[in-house]
Amino acid sequence: MKRRNLFIFAVLAALGSGPANAACSFSNEVPIKVLSAAFEAWKSVTDAMAECGNVQASLDQDFRLKQSAAFAANPALYQLGGVANNTIPQLLNEKRIRPLNDLVEKYGQHLKPNQLIKVGGDIVAIAMMVNTQEFAYRKDIFDELGLDVPKTYDQVFEAAEKIRQSGKVDYPLGGMTMSGWNMALEWLNVYASLAGDSFLNADGTPNFNNENGIKALELLKRASEYMDPEYLVSDSTFVQQQMQQGKIAMANIWASRAGAADNEAESKVVGKIYTAASPLAAEDARPVAMLFWDGIVIPRNISDEAAEAAFRVAMEGLDTEMVQAHNDDAVWLIEGYKPGRLAEGAVATASAQPSPISYPMTIEMGLIHSAIGNQISGFFTGAKSAEAALRAAEEEYGTAAREAGLLQ
Amino acid sequence: MRFRTFAAFVAPSLLLMVLFIAAPLTSVFVQSFFVTQPQIQRVETERCTAGFLEQQCTTEIKNVPVLDENGAVVTTTRFVGLDNYRAVVRPDRAFAALSAWDWQALMSIDFWKALRFTLTFTLVTLPLVVGLGLAIALAVNNTMRSIRGPVIFVSLLPFIVTPVIGALSIRWLFVGDGILTRAMEAWSGTEIAMFAQGWTIELLMLFYRVWHVAPFAFVIFYAGLQTMNRETLEAAMVDGASRFERLRYVIVPHLMPLIVFVSLIHLMDAYRVFEEVVGFRSQAHVISLQWLTYDLLQPDDAGNRAVSRASASAMLTMIGIVILLVPLLRKSWRDHKGAR
Repeated sequence: MKRRNLFIFAVLAALGSGPANAACSFSNEVPIKVLSAAFEAWKSVTDAMAECGNVQASLDQDFRLKQSAAFAANPALYQLGGVANNTIPQLLNEKRIRPLNDLVEKYGQHLKPNQLIKVGGDIVAIAMMVNTQEFAYRKDIFDELGLDVPKTYDQVFEAAEKIRQSGKVDYPLGGMTMSGWNMALEWLNVYASLAGDSFLNADGTPNFNNENGIKALELLKRASEYMDPEYLVSDSTFVQQQMQQGKIAMANIWASRAGAADNEAESKVVGKIYTAASPLAAEDARPVAMLFWDGIVIPRNISDEAAEAAFRVAMEGLDTEMVQAHNDDAVWLIEGYKPGRLAEGAVATASAQPSPISYPMTIEMGLIHSAIGNQISGFFTGAKSAEAALRAAEEEYGTAAREAGLLQ
Repeated sequence: MRFRTFAAFVAPSLLLMVLFIAAPLTSVFVQSFFVTQPQIQRVETERCTAGFLEQQCTTEIKNVPVLDENGAVVTTTRFVGLDNYRAVVRPDRAFAALSAWDWQALMSIDFWKALRFTLTFTLVTLPLVVGLGLAIALAVNNTMRSIRGPVIFVSLLPFIVTPVIGALSIRWLFVGDGILTRAMEAWSGTEIAMFAQGWTIELLMLFYRVWHVAPFAFVIFYAGLQTMNRETLEAAMVDGASRFERLRYVIVPHLMPLIVFVSLIHLMDAYRVFEEVVGFRSQAHVISLQWLTYDLLQPDDAGNRAVSRASASAMLTMIGIVILLVPLLRKSWRDHKGAR
């Protein structure tokens, strides 16, 4: 037992937190293991959980591949899981996670109603933050050229033209346009901006190859003309670096990525980046963004005692104290959060009217995302027309959905 | 050797081969003719998800898999014949594209696009690897004995690098503002983007593979050169054979079995090209057959994966390798029989 404690202490020390029980209201005796994604917000949250003692966190970008299998074991290999609305459907469908209603009643009275993710009356997850796209731009360049912050993509292109002529940066625009998942998300965002959540017809057949789908592709193609010619390999890290190194003047990026612009160790543009709501794809459309949330779940296959301890630890990780210490790591949903300069845009995106849709929590969405990701890059390389690319995506969705038993 | 002794020696490796090669292969082969589906029911539920200020609740009919009493998803497996292969190869569309002489339409089908690249990649790198390997082997064989050790060591280095790491390093050298791109831009005075169009990426991939595998060919050929009969070479020189004639009529025939061996290994390796696609992030422009299988097998966010189509794609890759190897295997078989 003593060696075990020593080992956990070593893990805690490695996590960089203070001595056990420093800021936790109770001393946790039940070993709790956490599996979540690996970005800054999760590190802050799991560090705060670790202060209760006996907490071991695995922050892993491949968590979604492991989570369902790890929760299927009896007892489950983890007592707490970090999820987002795009990764929770599998856990929900396979009934791997337990309803939290009684635990919320006992220990979670302080949670905001907005944080309680519900399916048919059961609270299945506790959300801690939202993530969405925001428009990040170089205020110094915009001021110097007398440009207004664009509200629509047409205005983005006007601004891009002027910035290109001024020659102040290599490329006016950056984008998370790497072919595959990233590019598909860009298309889904623009499509949702124009048409809301209408990726499928009422009978379950795909509905991408229409006027809005083509408009979305053409908008992205037009945007790419102002980007680095290698935009098809540009993922969110690449855009973040382009921004930090002053190579681009604006980009519609993840709110969770904008904070890096003020990281003095990496960034040459500290204090120069400001954020605004994601531009609209057309007048009266929604912002080009979708809402994601991240939060915690507790597996079904563990004892009630372990679940109770896990929930109490999680509440310590998601408290106001943690938010105050790490205010700028995320757009927190937790009491005490004050949006900083680099999160204002995300808040504006999320509270715009009409508001962006939430990324749907369905099995179909995964198939839609893959089909679009695989097929639309041909449009950007010039191998396919917009119609042909979307038709191919519809065909791929049809094949995959029939294989998954979703279509006849 | 008595049969029992022979069997005792061979049995362990036979067992492992059955366990780790034959059994998985059979299982993939069988899976490629079946589709396993979860049973889906339509359930109306209210779902509430987090907004920034307010919760968004919607009541909708969702597709949800049916679970049995143990909490496992109920699945049905049915025989579908060649449907999985049809879904990968798309014979109807491929045939229509071929009969209309529409190359672009053919290339818009993933399988044919991957096959085109895989074949180009395999057949272009093969002569380059063999040629370059032979050239290095001859060069090293002719250098002074004292520096031969270090030269061999340096020539082998590319082969030691892990393929994915090697591909990534090349990418970092040539991506947007990588140092080699910058150098080429300064030298040529034009802006260069190596990853903006398909053919430059393809060139880099070919270059990378030749750089990576030529040392393997070199080591084999160098070993072969050590068994060269000096007297034959000297006799050829006395007969007035030039350097090229000695290479053409003495050295290459001597090394022929090794050249066949290196070609066999390289064909099998190159046809399974995968690391380059991942390392160079080339999937927008070029994909390979192996990458296609991987992509089908990779689960999406909701946990769906196309195992049946991936099995079909894997079997097609194997069939492709066998077809490529047949001429070489027939040649070595004939030589083998001839030698007896």
